[in-house]
Parts: sequence; structure tokens; C-alpha cells
Amino acid sequence: MRVATCVDVVEPILKIDDLWVEYPSRESKGRIQQAVKALSLTVNRGEVFGFLGPNGAGKTSTMNVLLGFCPPTRGNAYLFGTSVRETFARQRIGYLPELTYYYKFLTAEEILRFYAQIFGIPRAVAEQRIDLVLKLVELDHARRRPIKTYSKGMQQRVGLAQALINDPDLLILDEPTSGLDPLGRMKVRQIIQRLRNEGKTVFFSSHELGEVETVCDRVGILIQGEMRVEGKVSDLLQQHYGNLEQLFMEIVGCNAAA
Amino acid sequence: MNNVVPLQSTPLRCSGPAVEFRSSPASRVWAIATVVIRELCRRKDFYVLFILTALISVTLASVNIFGDDKVVRYLKEICLLLIWVSSLVIAIVTTARQIPSERENRTLFPLLAKPVSRGQLLMGKFVGCWMAVGLCLLCFYLFFGLLSGIKEQSWPVLAYLQAMLLHWAMLAMVVSMTLLGSIVFAAPSSNGTILLVVTGGILFVGSHLNKLAIGLPEPGQTLVYGLYYVLPHLELFDVRELLVHGWGLVPAAPVVGALAYAASYSALFLALASWRFRRMPVNT
Repeated sequence: MRVATCVDVVEPILKIDDLWVEYPSRESKGRIQQAVKALSLTVNRGEVFGFLGPNGAGKTSTMNVLLGFCPPTRGNAYLFGTSVRETFARQRIGYLPELTYYYKFLTAEEILRFYAQIFGIPRAVAEQRIDLVLKLVELDHARRRPIKTYSKGMQQRVGLAQALINDPDLLILDEPTSGLDPLGRMKVRQIIQRLRNEGKTVFFSSHELGEVETVCDRVGILIQGEMRVEGKVSDLLQQHYGNLEQLFMEIVGCNAAA
Repeated sequence: MNNVVPLQSTPLRCSGPAVEFRSSPASRVWAIATVVIRELCRRKDFYVLFILTALISVTLASVNIFGDDKVVRYLKEICLLLIWVSSLVIAIVTTARQIPSERENRTLFPLLAKPVSRGQLLMGKFVGCWMAVGLCLLCFYLFFGLLSGIKEQSWPVLAYLQAMLLHWAMLAMVVSMTLLGSIVFAAPSSNGTILLVVTGGILFVGSHLNKLAIGLPEPGQTLVYGLYYVLPHLELFDVRELLVHGWGLVPAAPVVGALAYAASYSALFLALASWRFRRMPVNT
């Protein structure tokens, strides 16, 4: 059951306003490459938004701006109404990178304690949250083992645990199921659905269109830095033969042909 | 993913609505610093250098050279030289890898996605490295004090503490300079090597640059003079001779002056590192 109060109130949690991201081109010196062009997007409270696009479409560049890794060339982006240029904008978010690498000399427990301290979570609450998230990602049995002894799947689960340590209102997930086995993928999907039911907002990029269809309320497809399609999953499925993959291939295919 | 815990049994929230917490910048800096200290404690660098220093010093202490009682001065000199070399190696190697390895291992991304500014990250790394080398120095000077105390039957604790304090202040400049280097040079190995050469150069040649400049034609003379005034004079903090010969304490005023000098240079290097780091794109 979804938390009605959280879903029904249309409150933008994430807002991207005419965003442009440009980099110096790697191929030819002196040229500027436009990674994102005039992107505007709003994700409301309680929504699960799927951010799709082929490789090099500008998804990661957009996420880099949202997370404050690089400044926008033009335009701005806001988290909870605060510009992403402000450090405080990231107080209520959880981020899971595509490839998770953590301090290998620390244990899962120590790494979560470290991140809890960064968020200013009091010790007693932090210990409670550490127990909770470690149980959730099923790493409770390995909590005192150094991360260097973990398998890839276990490291990905530590990533998910650290993304949840501050009980975030917005989760930014960059291909959260990449590198996981089918059971691990199912578990991550369950967690995303669970977060949605609790009224959390999730913004995630993925190449797994079936997964997107299952968990997302809305999707946006980015091609060459421009938002080509944006809408509710149910509407898009109705318009495009009940298959998100078909729609994606059409857009990407048209673009490749052009 | 065995022993699957039913999702319904583990609520994601601890109790009630999410509580808004906010840490102070100092607490974020300290959190980052503790990770650095923990890293040094779990790596072998310090233990190897400490054991090596202890082995060489204890071996020398056990040898009776021509029945000379004053040989203990040479022993102290060698032990202090080993401590200086070891501390510089630990400080530079530990600091040089901090930022580059954060980027290489991609641990920088989950960290910067938290409410941590790049300035706080740098400050945390500085405090962590400086505290960590401070702990190493404490072990080294305790060993030195014990060894020379046993051999000489005298315990000038204040002189040892003062020497350690000055040594630690000098290392603050080295750590901040290495941190600046790690922003400029991407690879930890190249940064470490360059900083070891630069620090060694400053220690051996830094104080003689003005004499060298006199004999040089222009514009070399101005350039070398400029270097003499710009480079931090690490040798000012070297009071090994005082300890070796038992010449007592340095008066308080020069010590305070030296500490202020070290603080100014460290702040300058950190400000430059922060300025450059804030302008550096970190792309996933």
C-alpha cells in the first residue's frame, strides 16, 4: 500500500531547468562537446523516475550535475528546492553509483558509521540504522569483515546500504542492478518498490527496460543530450504497443538512421 | 543472497518520519580524518619503518666501540636521522595517495554525493594525515627517549617533547604541500617521488640557496633568491643537534614563531589545493 499523503501532494523534489552541460571534446582539440542540451525535467515526491538512453546520451553527465561532481554550463538543477551547487542539497539524498568501490580496509559496519557521521546522525540512531540497512541488504553476517573480502555482489549491497543510511527522501541510482545476479536484481527491484511504497522518490538510470517497466511511474528517454520522450509508463505503453523496448528501439533507431 | 529476510519484517524507517540531521563542518572533517588514521593503522608502512629504525638503533646500541662512553651521541644522531627519514617517508607516501586513490578507486563519488564540500574533504585528509604522522612520531620519540634514557641515564622529557612538536609542525607543511601536489599530479607514485625529491632538496639545499645565488649571473640570481624566500624552510624545525649534545630547550619565542611560520605555510598550501580542487571536474 502506498503512502497516500506522500504521493498525492505534487511537490517537485528534483527539478532540472534548461540544463546545458558542455565538455572539451576528447576527439578534436579546441572543440566543445555538448553532453546535455536544454534539459528540463521535474520529478515529484513519491515518484519513481526512469532515466533512459543509450550509452553517451548524457545520463551520467546529468547525474554528475545533480550530485555536484561538475557544474552546469548553463541552467540549473535543484534538489528539494536547493540548488545542486549547495552542499546542503545532498543532505537528504542517497546515491548508488553504477560501480561501487569503498574503502577496502574498512568493514561494512565501519563504512556505514563513517557515512552516518558525515550526515550528522547521532551515534545511537546511527547504530539502529546500521543494523537495519545491513539486515535489509543481508550483510548482517559479514558486518565485521573487511570489504576487501567481499564478493562483487556483496560490495554492491554495501553500496545500497550506504545509500540508505540517512533514510533519504530521494534516491539517485545509477544502473543499480548492473553486475548483479538475477536474485540480486530481484532483491534490488523489491527494495526500490518498497521505497516507492514508503513515499520515497527514486531517480534511476538503467538499460534494463523490463525492470524500468516494472518499477517506474514515469520515464524519460534522452538521446544525444536531448529529452526525446517523457511520460507516464502506463501512457507510453498504451501508445506504443504495450512494450517499452519497442518504443526505445524506435526512438534510438530513428536517431541512428537520421 | 541466501537466508532472504522478508522485506516486510524490516521497515526502512527506524521510527516515525525521517528526522532531519545536520552535521557540523568540523564533524565531517573529523569523520574523513578518522578514516585516514584507520588506514595508516591497518597498512604496513609505519610498522615496517618503525621495526627497521628500532632494529638498527638497538643493534648499534648493543655494540661497544673502543669502550667509548660518548658513542651514545652517535647512536642518538643515527636514531634521530632514521626517525626524520621514516617520518618524511610516512607523511609523503600516506598523503600522496589520498586524493589520487580516492579518484582511482572511485570512492570519491559516493563521498562527494554526501553533504561534503571539496574543501572539507581536503581538510579532512590533511587533519587525518597530520594526526596519523603525529601518532607515528609519538611512537618514534618514545622509542628514542627510552633508548637514549637507558644508555645515558638521563631523561630530558621536555627537550624531547619540544623537538617532537617542532618536527610535527614541520610535517604539517610537508603534508599540506603533498596534498597540493596530489591535486596537481594525478598519479600517487609520481606525486610521492616528486615530493620526496622536493622535500629532500629543501632540507639539504634550502638554507644555502642565498649563498648560491650570490655567485650566479642574472636572471638566475633573482630566480634563486626568489626560491630562497618562497620555499618553506623545513630545516628551521630541525633541533636534532640540541638533543644529541644535550644543549637544552629552545626559548619559547622562536618556538612560537616557528609554529606560526608552519601554520602560515600549511594554510597557504591548503588554500591553493582547495582552490584548484574546487575547479577540478570529477566525472564518473
